[in-house]
Amino acid sequence: MIRVVLPAHLRTLARVDGEVQLDIDGQVTATAVLDALEARYPTLRGTIRDQSTKKRRAFVRFFACEQDLSHEPADAALPDEVTSGKEPFLIIGAMAGG
Amino acid sequence: MSGVRVLVGTRKGAFVLTSDGKRTDWDVSGPHFTGWEIYHVKGSPADPDRLYASQSSGWFGQQIQRSDDGGSTWTPVDNHFEYDGVPGTHQWYDGTPHPWEFARVWHLEPSLTDPDTVYAGVEDAALFRSTDGGKGWQELSGLREHGTGSSWQPGAGGMCLHTILLDPSNPERIFVAISAAGAFRSDDAGKSWLPINKGLRSGGIPDVDAEVGHCVHRLAMHPSAPGTLFMQKHWDVLRTDDAGDQWHEVSGNLPSDFGFPIDVHAHEPETVYVVPIKSDSEHVPPDGRLRVYRSRTGGNEWEALTNGLPQSNCYVNVLRDAMAVDSLDSCGVYFGTTGGQVYASADAGDNWAPIVRDLPAVLSVEVQTLP
Repeated sequence: MIRVVLPAHLRTLARVDGEVQLDIDGQVTATAVLDALEARYPTLRGTIRDQSTKKRRAFVRFFACEQDLSHEPADAALPDEVTSGKEPFLIIGAMAGG
Repeated sequence: MSGVRVLVGTRKGAFVLTSDGKRTDWDVSGPHFTGWEIYHVKGSPADPDRLYASQSSGWFGQQIQRSDDGGSTWTPVDNHFEYDGVPGTHQWYDGTPHPWEFARVWHLEPSLTDPDTVYAGVEDAALFRSTDGGKGWQELSGLREHGTGSSWQPGAGGMCLHTILLDPSNPERIFVAISAAGAFRSDDAGKSWLPINKGLRSGGIPDVDAEVGHCVHRLAMHPSAPGTLFMQKHWDVLRTDDAGDQWHEVSGNLPSDFGFPIDVHAHEPETVYVVPIKSDSEHVPPDGRLRVYRSRTGGNEWEALTNGLPQSNCYVNVLRDAMAVDSLDSCGVYFGTTGGQVYASADAGDNWAPIVRDLPAVLSVEVQTLP
């Protein structure tokens, strides 16, 4: 079971409170997490990554285990602590704007 | 009793303002979608309970929201705007080729007859259509690909398709306007397009009367005279009486012919409203006085409307989609400012009062006249 923390605006959009919990078969990667997230909440398509290119949006970051994983390959395995559910996968809206 | 519903898009959410036919007491609902930019909210002429809203964010991109109950509840619909084919390039600000990239939906125009059909004008400039209530969007790519697209260049606000006018007398005819490309017309329901910019003269482009490249800020049409269009350009107010084949300037005695919105009285096709702004480099009212100007002669002769509007120390702007009229017997006129005020006049502009004063910067105002 993977724990995902969404930024406030995306929790509102998806109509969820608190963390999202996802079951993922196979290797747990950022792509696998986002695929599962968007499958459960279709309204989040396009909000975190481009719908066609799958490229992460510029002002969105991925953190876990006190590391910035945003620039890691999207198909790289996430840390064991995320895979085990010990630590959440954090989707962050960058500090910018007004 | 009849009433009105004013749909307001702001930098930080949407608001729905409702009143009865007197238009003196208002109920304010909102913010909806708090924190998101709401470029436009508009209702279907065929079903007043059907509303569409463009919700966007620099962080999280574009959403389209739909309401089937007049704005009480909303449901996100499809937000995937994919250009048809390989979109190629337009010109960037520095004149170099720049790939077409979707940024946001500026304007939503519901069909005059079918609540499930709605057009979307987007940045980078293109026209999309949904025929299933927003569940899917298809580009009408004949506009972008008609031949001049590679020479289009963005205005300061982005290369946006901001105006969509549907001809009530001819379902095949659509007008659009793009900043800074110009005005375009389709006579086959959006398949093919023709630039309609003859008569426009723009000092900011190398060839002042080029076929395209004009920074058209807004077009307006009265439904009983759909061959007559009024235009607020970057500078100049113009009209055409032959559906855009030829334009001529009607700025007349305006204190400045720079501005953004333009609209037409609901019952008088020759009564037109604009909000003059000092200049292209100073987007504030001339002399710090917020004045709507009205022409009852289809242009050239303009009168200042000031009763109830601030006449000193006022430095707000009124953006291109932020003016609308209702169709009650005494035509109501509405506009919103970048200072967060929404002003209403229930007597065609003679007297004004704020409905609300302290909203976020207003991006768009639309009005529905309810039975």
